[in-house]
Amino acid sequence: MSRHVDAIVIGGGIHGCSTALHLCLAGLKPVLIEKDYAGRHASGVNAGGVRQLARHIPEIPLSIRSMGIWEKITELVDDDCSFESHGQVLVAENEDELAVCRARVAELNALGFTHEELIDAAELRRLVPAVAETCPGGVVSRRDGAANPAQTTTAFRRKAEQLGATVREGVAARNIRYSDGLWHVDVGSESFAAPVLVNAAGAWAGRIAADLGEPVPVETVAPMLMITSRVPHFIDPVVILRGRKLSFKQFKNGTVLIGGGHLATPYQNRNETVLDWKSLATSAQTVFELFPVMRSATIVRAWAGIEAKMKDDIPVFGPSSRHKGLYHQFGFSLHGFQLGPGAGAVMAELIVDGGTQTRVSDLGIDRFHPSTLQQ
Amino acid sequence: MSVAPKRDDYDVVVIGAGPAGLAAAATSAEAGLSTLLLDENIGPGGQVFRAISSTPVTDRNQLGADYWVGADLVQSLRASNAEVIQRATVWSLDRNLDIAVSIGGASAFVKAKRVILATGALERPFPIPGWTLPGVMTAGAAQTMLKSSALVPDGRTVIAGQGPLLWLLAAQILRLGGRIDRILDTTERGNYFAALPHAFAFLTSPYFAKGLSMMREVKAKVQVVSGVTELAASGDGQLASVSYVAGGKRETIPADLLLLHQGVVPNVNLAMAAGIEHRWDDLQLCWSPVLDASGNSSVAGIAIAGDGAGIGGANAAVVRGRIAARAAVEALAPAAAANLPAMATLRSDLAKAERGRLFLDTLFRPAPQFRIPSGDTIVCRCEEVTAKDVLDSVAIGATGPNQLKAYRRTGMGPCQGRLCGLTVTELMAQARGKTPQDIGYYRLRAPVKPIMLAELAAVPKSEADVKAVVRG
Repeated sequence: MSRHVDAIVIGGGIHGCSTALHLCLAGLKPVLIEKDYAGRHASGVNAGGVRQLARHIPEIPLSIRSMGIWEKITELVDDDCSFESHGQVLVAENEDELAVCRARVAELNALGFTHEELIDAAELRRLVPAVAETCPGGVVSRRDGAANPAQTTTAFRRKAEQLGATVREGVAARNIRYSDGLWHVDVGSESFAAPVLVNAAGAWAGRIAADLGEPVPVETVAPMLMITSRVPHFIDPVVILRGRKLSFKQFKNGTVLIGGGHLATPYQNRNETVLDWKSLATSAQTVFELFPVMRSATIVRAWAGIEAKMKDDIPVFGPSSRHKGLYHQFGFSLHGFQLGPGAGAVMAELIVDGGTQTRVSDLGIDRFHPSTLQQ
Repeated sequence: MSVAPKRDDYDVVVIGAGPAGLAAAATSAEAGLSTLLLDENIGPGGQVFRAISSTPVTDRNQLGADYWVGADLVQSLRASNAEVIQRATVWSLDRNLDIAVSIGGASAFVKAKRVILATGALERPFPIPGWTLPGVMTAGAAQTMLKSSALVPDGRTVIAGQGPLLWLLAAQILRLGGRIDRILDTTERGNYFAALPHAFAFLTSPYFAKGLSMMREVKAKVQVVSGVTELAASGDGQLASVSYVAGGKRETIPADLLLLHQGVVPNVNLAMAAGIEHRWDDLQLCWSPVLDASGNSSVAGIAIAGDGAGIGGANAAVVRGRIAARAAVEALAPAAAANLPAMATLRSDLAKAERGRLFLDTLFRPAPQFRIPSGDTIVCRCEEVTAKDVLDSVAIGATGPNQLKAYRRTGMGPCQGRLCGLTVTELMAQARGKTPQDIGYYRLRAPVKPIMLAELAAVPKSEADVKAVVRG
């Protein structure tokens, strides 16, 4: 006997938790199914960047929508998520890179986006005093910042549950099927049925989509991060580089997070990743060159989270092109954390209202499969 | 002087030069396998034979005959062709048997066909009120100073806890002229009855006579209070007194030094970071790797020997080292295995060495109140998280040690859970009415010991990594 709910959300990452929470706010009773625990993978172990900066243009509207939610995150989830807004700075290491930055900001301005701002060497030095003196400028997005990803995902899950979502952790969703106008999913010995199914299963979402006849070009990746011991405070904004793979963030407690997208080898079926220390050494070398203050810091831990990366680097977001009641929310390609709060809100609008004011039409799965659904 | 490994790859890399590692490396090298032994300390020996080649304590009676067994093991190793590197901190090992090691401030990568982990044991955390005060240290730390520098306490000293090492340390301190004011024995009275069924095996083990005479030697010189059921250290920024309850009576005594010890547990950090499966051991109250009879772990090519495989003591560690090495030889050079002692012989040696272990484990199973703290007692020293903090987090949804990180950062400091991991697991298990096995342990990651950013920056890169990658 299936238990009837209003929606079934598969995946307890920031996206699944946010969608479940926003469905509750809209008066629905969803079930959230997570095979491990909320935030176990990419959502809980990413760099925590809350970034509008340097995004692909199709996802900028969603990012801006999300930023508004981030700025009132405590009101939404009763937890500050350790969100801090000191801006994010993209550093150009030479004049050529600065020219690329200039063109990018001009392009955004022409499209009506003003969150990215070109800065010169003096402003760069003011924002990031520790950066090497040879850098001629960059781009800043002043409202950006960072949050604690595990704390955030956990807070969304907790709030969703408080608002009436049923949460099932530690058991995978199985036997996903559609019959009599309802989606049915088995979870251990239980079975749920709902008119709506949201596929927010992160690195596992591609398989679910393919099993439902909507394969997409997606791969599983595991971007690596490492964190240092506490060092004296020397930097406020998050820093990313234009030309090399590096992102850099100092937390309030003094620890410094070093990331940037070098990849570990994922062993998805074992929930495991094997780190590539030679690539991490490249990150360490970049930090060594750009931030002399970091040279005596120690690395205390490195890790990688498993996630889905699309071939075109933008997410799959919106209704299925084949099945009624099915929605996809995955493939955030190493930059999904900031989008989580907004994506949940927009997904709830798509489900409940059948549409949204936020432009997400470029993110649909219909870019791979022209829709066969009758509108 | 720091010396990098001579080769990029080896048949066998042994990590740790305690009894198991010394025996494993010598066996493997004698059989003709290219063998590298990496050890973190200045000299070989591990903790039990610490400073075996350099100790200033030359009167053999003071450290005891068991200690000097280590000299023979070191001699066999030196006679073999094994390459030995001291002060070599292995900070990463993965399932591809890639090893990263820091030697004299420079890191090198080596690859092995087989890895034998002999990383030994750690002292079990002893989280009592005031255990983080200066002046409170572990018995093992005191023994390290004693063996390597002949340093013994001369202030008002209290030793509290239980287990064979506690008595051994007390005897060693006294023999070297150190001061001990009182020993507070926390062994639960009920444990004596529980251990009784295993007493026969213990009576016929070599530990029995030695243990008994050592306890007699100590009790002749120091006041020993048994049946201690509560223990706390206090002082203002520095240990000033120790208070305890025994037989329902509370007493407070002034102290400058409190040495705590309630047994040792496998040092699992490197093994766990390599992805090796571990299970909760309900008798020894710790995580132990899942191993076959030859010490092979769940990760192909990695074996574990010595106390890291489950606490068995030095004699068992030596045999386990030989067994793991023999298994490596059988796999890599079967012909050479014929010259080694037969596996059956080694297994019977191991059974002999493990005699009496069940009795010791049962007798010295630490009491719950000394493992599972409450209230304001610190659990995680790196992040200063109390027992109450942990319970508060459980109340609002933290289900296990990894989830707890999102609430309290427990285990995220430089020690990577060495000092809080078992406490957090047991505390959460108790609070949630689950078994420690269900609650689980921190997911551990490299670097298993912190490394300097400058050191990592200096390692040689591969071609592909050096190319600058333009952001998408």
